[in-house]
Amino acid sequence: MSRIQTVFTALKQQGKTALIPYITAGDPHPKHTVNLMHTLVKHGADMIELGVPFSDPMADGPVIQRASERALLHKVGLTAVLAMVKTFRETNQTTPIILMGYANPIEAIGAAAFADRAKAADVDGVITVDYPPEECGDFVQQLRSRDIDPVFLLSPTTDQKRVDLIVNQASGFVYYVSLKGVTGAANLDINEVSQRVASIRTQTNLPVGVGFGIRDAATAKATAAIADAVVVGSRMVQTIEASNDENLLSNVATLMDELKAAVDAAK
Amino acid sequence: MQLYDMPDARGHFGQFGGTFVAETLVEALEELRVMYEKYRHDPVFLAEYAYDLKHFVGRPSPIYHAKRLSDKVGGAQIYLKREDLNHTGAHKINNTIGQALLAKRMGKPRVIAETGAGQHGVATATIAARLGLECVVYMGSEDVKRQAPNVFRMKLLGATVVPVESGSKTLKDALNEAMRDWVTNVHNTFYIIGTVAGPHPYPMMVRDFQAVIGIEAKEQMIEMVGRQPDAVVACVGGGSNAMGIFYPYIDVPNVRLIGVEAAGLGMETGKHAAPLTANSPVGVLHGNRTYLMQDADGNIIETHSVSAGLDYPGVGPEHAWLKDIKRAEYVAITDDEAMAAFHNLCRTEGIIPALESSHALAYAEKLAKTMSKDQIILVNLSGRGDKDINTVAKLANITL
Repeated sequence: MSRIQTVFTALKQQGKTALIPYITAGDPHPKHTVNLMHTLVKHGADMIELGVPFSDPMADGPVIQRASERALLHKVGLTAVLAMVKTFRETNQTTPIILMGYANPIEAIGAAAFADRAKAADVDGVITVDYPPEECGDFVQQLRSRDIDPVFLLSPTTDQKRVDLIVNQASGFVYYVSLKGVTGAANLDINEVSQRVASIRTQTNLPVGVGFGIRDAATAKATAAIADAVVVGSRMVQTIEASNDENLLSNVATLMDELKAAVDAAK
Repeated sequence: MQLYDMPDARGHFGQFGGTFVAETLVEALEELRVMYEKYRHDPVFLAEYAYDLKHFVGRPSPIYHAKRLSDKVGGAQIYLKREDLNHTGAHKINNTIGQALLAKRMGKPRVIAETGAGQHGVATATIAARLGLECVVYMGSEDVKRQAPNVFRMKLLGATVVPVESGSKTLKDALNEAMRDWVTNVHNTFYIIGTVAGPHPYPMMVRDFQAVIGIEAKEQMIEMVGRQPDAVVACVGGGSNAMGIFYPYIDVPNVRLIGVEAAGLGMETGKHAAPLTANSPVGVLHGNRTYLMQDADGNIIETHSVSAGLDYPGVGPEHAWLKDIKRAEYVAITDDEAMAAFHNLCRTEGIIPALESSHALAYAEKLAKTMSKDQIILVNLSGRGDKDINTVAKLANITL
């Protein structure tokens, strides 16, 4: 059983929802990333979504774009990100790490070589924003043959036929993007999300994570009540952006404690 | 007989093209694909398009024999396809009219666009005003500075111009920002992409709307000289004016198709915008797979060209394909060479060309010298240079 599956199975038995924070690797500085990952785990992260910096993050809002720009100032690319995961694994062999990023850094290495290197770094899942299932058959094969989960996004505009197509390619979980727009937009309609998640569940047994637009304890709690996982990205990155070297880890810990309490209180 | 039949049903030109977008945009692109398929051969739609090209744009644009330039250069005769005489001053309007008419039929009251030199932004603002559509144009803040007259023009036409401060603050960043807008407002917004890039069906659709350039040229050359040219030369940033004139010629034997990229400060300096000439690796950006200027980590590197319209790290996927199948050739011209050709055309023919088109002119001059007097080069003069006078004055240390 993959790490991602193991975590979801255990949480299900406890009647709990997974909390998945997102950070961009190398933000605010590469020296902080592994420490940040351990802090996230210590304060309730069930899995970590680790953003791979990219020069042209088209699906992200200004907050995560700035995080990418900060990381790229320190030349943090995919190779450096994989090295960070490897370092993290020296002291943590249980928390799933899901890379999230864009197609081109993967294309630059090649699908098979990337999958080899991701496996060597002990990555558990990969979300590639601009690889819709129609365009990444080979990539998905390369990941799955190495037991890495290809995680796909579903959006409010994804019709039932496409949900079928996507869940047939996906493993680990599927990630429902709770609103039309880029990351960090702020108009979450929880009733609509609830209906969509229920509908997705009729088409797959994979766990359903929900992200985009979850900014505080209230939205985290409401989302946790209907989803298998809650992903918090822009809010996490904003907290990092507003911190300095001294209070970075404590600020992130405070936010995580607040979100964890809210998620645990949902069910 | 049309032997060339690209792209495939999903927008692939061999390994290039495709639909590499976030899930939120898939449905919008599918809707666009279906609607374009419905209207691309619809007689009523095409008649409306043709009417606007004739009465609003002033088509057909003439072909002009640049005799004095040809004599001065020595060698082949240089003919110019005068897209600079179009309403709004460039070829861009051919495409924006087509897409705006489609937006209208799809019931979208709002159009958005990205722009580099500002010509596509002006062309979009123009047709939006004419059809009563709300218009927002994204433009890199660097380009806003160097193309101030076009920014003012767009505002006069009622468009909102949004300066983009992210990344390199040029065309690619404007495209990113327009994509973000589209993801957010997809229900009421039509994204008018200005070049033969982006996800399917854009590269095909923009090519089809620009193909009027080559279709006219094929007839006009027969009328003027009784035969087709030996070479067709056009500048390539994303590559829409080049695709427009190349496409109808793809199946015509013995016509060389030559795309001219921007070599900027020189290919050897790395400060250029010429992915095809530089043999850049294949990658994915802005919804399609193509040759891309990038570093070892797959991040897009900053490009350089004196002309904002060529300052783009990728190239339309069909150009990548035409290069691979060797149907078209791609070369590059430096800032300095383009400037020299710019002044040359001003002084010898009384035509002020766009800096983008000056790249094609510069290569045509080089090529002409290697050819005989009875041979013909057709240059797509894609735009006029009024928008560039500030840039040219600055380079010559002149205060306007």
